Amino acid sequence: MVENRPWGDLLSHLILIAGVLVVAFPVYVAFVASTTDITTIANGQLSLVPDRHLVENYVQVLFHGTGSSTKQPMIVPLMNSFIMAIGIAVGKIFISLLSAFAIIYFRFPFRNTAFWVIFLTLMLPVEVRIYPTYKIVSDLHMLDSYPGLIIPLIASATATLLFRQFFMTVPDELLEASKIDGAGPLKFFRDTLLPLSITPISAMFVIQFIYGWNQYLWPLLITTRDNMQTIVIGIQKILLVADALTEWQLAMATTILAMLPPVIVVVAMQRLFVRGLVETEK
Amino acid sequence: MEKRTVFSGKLLPFALLAPQLAVTFVFFYWPAGQAVYQSFLLQDAFGISTEFVWLDNYRQLFSDPAYYQAIMVTAVFASIVAFSALALSLLLAVQADRALTGAGIYKTLLIWPYAVAPVVAGVLWLFMFQPSLGMLAKDIRILGYDWNPYLHPGDALALVIVSATWKQISYNFLLFLAGLQSIPKSLIEAAAIDGATRSRRFWTIVFPLLSPTAFYLLTVNLVYVFFDTFGIIHAVTHGGPAGATTTLVYKVFNDGQAGGDLGSSAAQSTILMLIVIGLTAIQFRFIERKVNY
Repeated sequence: MVENRPWGDLLSHLILIAGVLVVAFPVYVAFVASTTDITTIANGQLSLVPDRHLVENYVQVLFHGTGSSTKQPMIVPLMNSFIMAIGIAVGKIFISLLSAFAIIYFRFPFRNTAFWVIFLTLMLPVEVRIYPTYKIVSDLHMLDSYPGLIIPLIASATATLLFRQFFMTVPDELLEASKIDGAGPLKFFRDTLLPLSITPISAMFVIQFIYGWNQYLWPLLITTRDNMQTIVIGIQKILLVADALTEWQLAMATTILAMLPPVIVVVAMQRLFVRGLVETEK
Repeated sequence: MEKRTVFSGKLLPFALLAPQLAVTFVFFYWPAGQAVYQSFLLQDAFGISTEFVWLDNYRQLFSDPAYYQAIMVTAVFASIVAFSALALSLLLAVQADRALTGAGIYKTLLIWPYAVAPVVAGVLWLFMFQPSLGMLAKDIRILGYDWNPYLHPGDALALVIVSATWKQISYNFLLFLAGLQSIPKSLIEAAAIDGATRSRRFWTIVFPLLSPTAFYLLTVNLVYVFFDTFGIIHAVTHGGPAGATTTLVYKVFNDGQAGGDLGSSAAQSTILMLIVIGLTAIQFRFIERKVNY
């Protein structure tokens, strides 16, 4: 603290509180809406106090689906989202650990080229190659499947960079000691490097889980069957019905369900999450 | 920086790299190359015959007023969202950095929207601004403005801008806060002793030292608005009304799907590719140099 200014502090608190409220407000409104019934919303009588239909609405959405738009119980897309998010996070971490290990701990021709090939994928988001990528996945018969949802997204420049950065900081003495003990590369990787990398791996997992969970364009493109949908796409399907018929209390319950898992992950693992985000900046 | 000791295998490193490289080539480079290649082709409606037409697809694109509209929409959308998201999060980060009591709680309460999918952000704000039953839409109407994002282009764009900004504040806030916390307090104390006022200290010391972070965030925000906001637009406004929220990415998607004009869609993809390559290149040049004063 450079100087003592109680009024300045008060102002800071007020600005922060205002920020927190503005950020939380739409979610709170959605939550209240998800505890009410259709007539309350349709009549424009939504208040800021939760109503008593919470359990009813969530049970309806999870196990029966919404009435007019999709009959699909949302538990299915919720599970699909979990599978996709975990698959993408684990896949990215796995292949990026291997790549970073190869690049840091070996000398071989085209080492730099390999690094750049991975690195430059940063410049090719799905959005710039929508239809050709769709065509390949379709040719490989991976439409409407978990591998189709997961594998095309698991190349990761970010994770490779982060692990590469981390491996650089691992003391050379550890490798020398392992070599003296007669450990081969894979043994060193498994018994020395992996245990040391728990923190960056967890940080990456948090970031990539959120990335996977929130994918929109990709599942939209390659899933057509209802039972392969993700929850994020499920929301869009609910909105598709004629506007007057949208069952907003159920749409909002779905929205809350769609955001809850990644938000819980961020809040519960805040330290890892912040670390992962700030470090991938470098 | 290189390791002193390494393993000697020559084949093993390739095996280790194989999975990542395979995914990269099959799902990134090959389709990207296809997009570029197709942008030079003209395909008939049934996909039976294709003809190499050089730059015709591009020429057609740049004589299409709808494409210019999409460029304008994207430019307006991107600059407003990037500017507001950066300004608001900087304001919040500066307050949180003042070593206040409860700073940790504010941080937790401000960062969670990062985890919210853009489409969810869009639906949350749509619900409040939905013309017939939205809570805030009613307030606007009481003020005498006929708010309707389904009909009025400006309203639709405003709705999408608010949703996109709301979601991006948390990320910017976190990185600004990290940037602020890495500025040595001694610099600020020294300036205070010299009699520099709070705002002078901010604009002459803190802000310049924060400029690498701000610049990095600017490019990240632009990439975010260009590409990640697709979900908001697709679910909430469908690019309308009258193309008012049709961004470049939404147009690629829509033209390829509805119109089936693959050549044009591929040409648009190629242009987007150039944009994102440009943005990332700038981003990394600056990170490398670590702009500092």
